[in-house]
Amino acid sequence: MKLINNRQIVEDSWQTIADESNIEQLPGGKLIVSFAFWNDHKQALIARDDALGIKFNPEDDVADIAADLASFALVVLQFPAFRDGRAYSQARNLRQHHGYQGEIRATGNVLRDQLAFMERVGINSFEIDSHQDINDAINGFDEISIKYQSSSDEPLPLYKRATA
Amino acid sequence: MNTNPLSIPPINKDETAQRPGMFIYGQVDQQLIDERVAQFRDQTQRYLAGKLSEDEFLALRLMNGVYVQTHAPMMRIAIPYGLFSSEQMRMLAHIARTYDKGYGHFTTRQNIQFNWLKIAEIPDLLADLASVQMHAVQTSGNCIRNTTTDPLAGVAGDELEDPRPYCEIIRQWSTLHPEFAHLPRKFKIAVTGAKKDRAVTLIHDIALSLVKNDAGEIGFKVSVGGGLGRTPMIAQTVRPFLEKQHLLSYLEAVLRIYNLKGRRDNKYKARIKILVGSMGVEAFSKLVEAEWLKIKDSMILDQAEIDRVKAHFAPFAYDTATEQTVTDNPAFNRWLEHNTSEHKVPGYRVVHVSLKAPQAAPGDISAAQMDIAASLAEQYSFGLLRSTYDQNLVFADVKQADLFDLWQALEDADLATPTIGTLNDMICCPGLDFCALANASSIDVAADIQKRFQQLDYLYDLGEIDLKMSGCMNGCAHHSIGHIGILGVDKKGVEWYQFTLGGFSENEAQLGQRLGRAIAKADVADTVEKIAKVYIEQRLTNERFVDTFYRIGIEPFKGRVYETN
Repeated sequence: MKLINNRQIVEDSWQTIADESNIEQLPGGKLIVSFAFWNDHKQALIARDDALGIKFNPEDDVADIAADLASFALVVLQFPAFRDGRAYSQARNLRQHHGYQGEIRATGNVLRDQLAFMERVGINSFEIDSHQDINDAINGFDEISIKYQSSSDEPLPLYKRATA
Repeated sequence: MNTNPLSIPPINKDETAQRPGMFIYGQVDQQLIDERVAQFRDQTQRYLAGKLSEDEFLALRLMNGVYVQTHAPMMRIAIPYGLFSSEQMRMLAHIARTYDKGYGHFTTRQNIQFNWLKIAEIPDLLADLASVQMHAVQTSGNCIRNTTTDPLAGVAGDELEDPRPYCEIIRQWSTLHPEFAHLPRKFKIAVTGAKKDRAVTLIHDIALSLVKNDAGEIGFKVSVGGGLGRTPMIAQTVRPFLEKQHLLSYLEAVLRIYNLKGRRDNKYKARIKILVGSMGVEAFSKLVEAEWLKIKDSMILDQAEIDRVKAHFAPFAYDTATEQTVTDNPAFNRWLEHNTSEHKVPGYRVVHVSLKAPQAAPGDISAAQMDIAASLAEQYSFGLLRSTYDQNLVFADVKQADLFDLWQALEDADLATPTIGTLNDMICCPGLDFCALANASSIDVAADIQKRFQQLDYLYDLGEIDLKMSGCMNGCAHHSIGHIGILGVDKKGVEWYQFTLGGFSENEAQLGQRLGRAIAKADVADTVEKIAKVYIEQRLTNERFVDTFYRIGIEPFKGRVYETN
């Protein structure tokens, strides 16, 4: 599957593990696990050599995993519908309050017309909704260049950037 | 070369840079709305080409103020905190003529709506608006809406501080805020700086009131969780005093908690008032304060920025030598008494331009009237107009010596109906005639009532009565806080009207009490008259309707309205 990562179209190198999977029989390579799977198999997952990703539900509080964040090269946030904007605040919390520097990926109903908002809060990889054309979607980032307020991409509001 | 984009003068017209009294766009502000127009043009083209689904385009057009209504797409244009220029009013007239049927409708949100548009033409309409620093950004959708304020801001005698610079600062902060563009539901902020709350702030998601603390510093009282609709609630105080430098961090904390925790499973329970109500205001405040402590130091609002924005609203050079017009013209004197109010500067009056002429729907204004209002504002009130919560316009700075001439011109244009503040100055939504959500009509019922009370002596004798009528539970006309509130409902295809009495919205707001079973459409005006009669019989000297109501209670009104013949 292709996705947009740091504004480049790339092949996805991650594999998502179902919650029913046997911890003894995980495949090799970079794996994404759920918050629940992580809690059940923390030690075994840390013992693996390959990079690990975690997938949150929109109702999860990202603060619950703050102490373990360093274990993850990827955090996946979900947009069950493009109208469900909780993941924007989850991303902001990860970057602003927990200093998370790894990849934050949006999955679900991820559409061209929300990409710029998502990127601003700190999401940097995007699994575009399957019914949209990823080659078209990648044009969605720079339609509006003026950003009045601070966010994960701009630590200062426009007026302070201007006079800095 | 100056590299500060905020200090570059506006790119459109040199004279706008000279005109004080409102926020004038700099290069970046203009660039943002120009880019926004191009973006929506592209989105509309993708939709018309079938590349965007109906549902996906719906969210995008809502963020640009476009609804699909009963007859055609309706569009709501932002008038930030109700302040606009003659040039902008002329553009609204142009839009009414070019894209609509020649009129527009002012709303309780201080915005203007057009009801007869074509989707394919909306990008051109937005480009026309952008040419005069106007837009429709966030006038609908589940995002932070147009911030509203006191229509007398800056000219009221009871004002602690002009709230408009803070409205503008909030406008900029909230415009395309990436984190808060997909909230559980719409979000409305109102700001007041006066003793009397003329912005009905407590029915907003966030109410900001400029207050002075014990140390004599001015800051904000922050209340959260007001709103009308199906579950009317009055906002509760979350922080009694917030320093100005923390304004935006505090708003951001409230919004973040709401965005994460507000309900998304039921649109009727998705407003922040439901979250605050279900958690309790203490628990909610605790969450907000904890979030705020984490972000407040990184989001300081600089005094220099407050001062930069404030400079746009600096008071005019008033000519205080002017004298009051004195005439024995009874029509002028009636208008002077009812449609003008005190200005903080001697020699000036605030003129309320009525959009409640009996022959038009409340809040409606024709393109010709828009042009006239634009020219009169230029001639008599520094080229600025204000739209008000009660669906009228205000010329805020009129010399007393000019009042007679202004009145004559307004009278000729049907803009001087001398009923401001009376029962006939009712607030009314578009109702079933235009709105896809409505259950019942409101415009024709409003006309019935206005006709019933057309005798001015009778109307004046009733004094201050605030009548508000909504065509459905969504309550766009805020019936729940009307002294007399009327709500249209549909019962098996027949329109019925529920009355509430005793609502009010100054300072402490109070929701009205239900009078009894719904009234048939033909009996609505009769019912209002019966209610008025009870008041006339029972009132004490100089007692307002709403005060009589609270003294005698609802029973006498109930008795009269539902008595059997």
